[in-house]
Amino acid sequence: MTSGDKFFRFMNRYSIYVILAVLMVACSLASPNFLTVQNLTNVSRQISITTIIAMAETILIIAGMIDLAAGAVLALAGVLSVATYVATGSLVLALGVGALVGVLCNSLSGLVVVKFRTPPFIATLAMQTAARGAALSYTGGQNIYRIGNYTIFGQGYIGPIPTPVLFMLAVVVLTWYILRHTRFGRHLYAVGGNEDAARASGVSIGNTKFIAYAVSGVFVGLAGVLYMSRNNAGLPNAGAGLEFDAMTAAIIGGTSFSGGVGTAMGTLAGGFIMGFLNNGMNLLGVHAYTQQIVRGAIIVLAVIWDVYSKGRRVSAGKPVEAKTGSDA
Amino acid sequence: MAHAPKLELINIQKSFPGVMALANVNFSVEKGTVHVLCGENGAGKSTLMKILNGIYKADEGEIRIDGKPVEIHNPQDARSHGIAMIFQELNFVPEMTVEENFFLGCEPTVGPPGLRRVDWKRIRRESLAMMQAEGVHYPPDEKLRYLSVSDIQMLEITKAVSRDADIIIMDEPTSAITSREVESLMKKIDELRAKGIAIIYISHKMDEIFRIADQITILRDGSVVDSRPAAEYDIDKVISLMVGRTITNVYPKEAVPVGDVVFKAENLSRAGVFEDVSFEVRAGEIVGFAGLVGAGRTEVARAVFGLDPIDSGRIYIKGEETRVRSVRDSMRSGVVMLSEDRRRYGIIPMRSVEENAALSSLGLFIYNGFLHSGKQKKIVSDSFRSMNVKTPSLDTSIESLSGGNQQKVLIAKWLLTDPAVLFLDEPTRGIDVGAKFEIYKLMVGLARQGKGIIMISSELPELLGMCDRIYVMGGGRINGMLEPESYSQENIMRLATGV
Repeated sequence: MTSGDKFFRFMNRYSIYVILAVLMVACSLASPNFLTVQNLTNVSRQISITTIIAMAETILIIAGMIDLAAGAVLALAGVLSVATYVATGSLVLALGVGALVGVLCNSLSGLVVVKFRTPPFIATLAMQTAARGAALSYTGGQNIYRIGNYTIFGQGYIGPIPTPVLFMLAVVVLTWYILRHTRFGRHLYAVGGNEDAARASGVSIGNTKFIAYAVSGVFVGLAGVLYMSRNNAGLPNAGAGLEFDAMTAAIIGGTSFSGGVGTAMGTLAGGFIMGFLNNGMNLLGVHAYTQQIVRGAIIVLAVIWDVYSKGRRVSAGKPVEAKTGSDA
Repeated sequence: MAHAPKLELINIQKSFPGVMALANVNFSVEKGTVHVLCGENGAGKSTLMKILNGIYKADEGEIRIDGKPVEIHNPQDARSHGIAMIFQELNFVPEMTVEENFFLGCEPTVGPPGLRRVDWKRIRRESLAMMQAEGVHYPPDEKLRYLSVSDIQMLEITKAVSRDADIIIMDEPTSAITSREVESLMKKIDELRAKGIAIIYISHKMDEIFRIADQITILRDGSVVDSRPAAEYDIDKVISLMVGRTITNVYPKEAVPVGDVVFKAENLSRAGVFEDVSFEVRAGEIVGFAGLVGAGRTEVARAVFGLDPIDSGRIYIKGEETRVRSVRDSMRSGVVMLSEDRRRYGIIPMRSVEENAALSSLGLFIYNGFLHSGKQKKIVSDSFRSMNVKTPSLDTSIESLSGGNQQKVLIAKWLLTDPAVLFLDEPTRGIDVGAKFEIYKLMVGLARQGKGIIMISSELPELLGMCDRIYVMGGGRINGMLEPESYSQENIMRLATGV
């Protein structure tokens, strides 16, 4: 194996973390304010909601599916959760309602996908419209203000760490655990990698897909609670397009849209890359419109890199064919 | 120059990062001859053909057609030089119709400049004429998804011939077609040869090779090890040159004690697919299923395995009547199936060999809901060692293994579920001679452990060599069963065709 191959193999596996490190170094050189505890804490908090949704998208994209409704379901779960708090004063109940609404909405999407074999794109597009409509009709299109202690979810601290960051870390660890260490997680990769082979291997395709939606719903509901709490209000128009930011983090983190590939840590790194990029550009005073162009370019570059490094892996994989391993 | 071959490859060299795929390969085909290229998977046959087809570029060497050097940068160049390739794994767009496929990439157009449109009338007319000329008849507006692999292959050959290709490369063209279709393919090749077309024929199947070859070249590890007129070879010699060692016993069949009936099917039917199918397998038996493609063998196996529904009939597993509604039901009661279509129903391409092997037995590695990766690693690697799976590491993507090793990983997957009965559908399809032998040995080992094995195969010699009994299917029914006393290819073919 040439050193070039080794380099590509290494980069194939760890490139995302290398890029993250390079980005951090570049940002800290560009701005003395970057590498401060305060700034890093801020960035972590800024990316927390998107990253939680990105975990939901990662689970679904690995299984070859997608959720276009995350932003709308976030709004519905959020306003219902806020309303629950306003009515009962119970934070626990409010959190539970948020998660439950997320689960119910996404389970419904999952049901439509599994039972009626609707493409996930269509099923969740429909859910996006419906959930947004439900959030708006429930609130009459009005924001819900005066939410009192509800702000603790999004604005509190435990020790030095903001609560949304703790929620994010919990969701990341949970996603990592699910993907890496549960049967369901292994089945997700199989279903996304080759659905026919997974079925022929005894994997229940329907259950796997349905549970994937249900689990992603928990994350989306939770994100809804955090979102409203951070914004001091129940906002029925919240989260429009948020699912695309989340998918961006997942893709940059190495999740493959063709299914079967992706990790929680990769997506977390993808979230941080987007966060640091925004942060760095803000610190440098890059205009907001220009920032969007840069983000677009980054997404395309990430995917080009992904395709390119996979192409390399195929050719670099050949020499070992039938030549190593246990002796014949 | 007195005489130049139709096609000459001179000192072709090609390396991929870290491996020499082809080293100084010389190869030539004369007009109106069939040159068979043999070699194990990974020997470099496909790489050589991809260079000829412009998919890869040779690092060094020269391609000459009719004595003149040519440059082939892409498949279009190859086509314009009269080279046509019939791929082993046919690539086609299922939603495309027969006629669309014929003219894909060279659609004729009519109309004034700037307003040219596809000439559908001409496409229809010429498609019909092309099929007429080659003696194949399909509705030109039929979508390819409704045709079988062999149908599509016939269409590909028709397409190549009608494009006036004078060098036709066939990469294992018979790996997925019935004996009857093999017959007509052989006839077709004779016709092509008579027309003066140069044919490069890649195959593992010795009977075919000796039937049609004028010249045989054997590749091993990227080099030509031998090349002579076919008359100077015999089967044993070709095989031993391919593998680089002498295989003394092609079928390592052993007599093992036969136990109770472990699987019994009674009057299984599925409307329009198979009817009144009854058979049984005892512990330690290897039972063959012969028949032409489309006879219903794969369909029976799929239904018994819970992939497709069964309309009526009973299944007894280890003596107990069992209802199989899903793959999980079937696995739980100890029946597993290795699919004939490894790429579609076998491997999860982008995942590692370890994950592929562990997929159906994850329960073994779960403690308190936690997947114990150390234990999984150990069990999978033990199993790979006992089956002699050759892989650089457990993390290697299954795609980068050879076909034979992929097949072993998939068998390992099923063995980890500790099955009593294994349906092996074309277990040696598309894998090289050495790996085939290892699969046979593995089957014998499993029979010795008391497992019941059903082997579906379209290669009659393999069935005759490995099986204790052979059921022969035709038209969705079991037409008969043969015991070793009456084993012969003729008897099987008679039953299969219902003569």
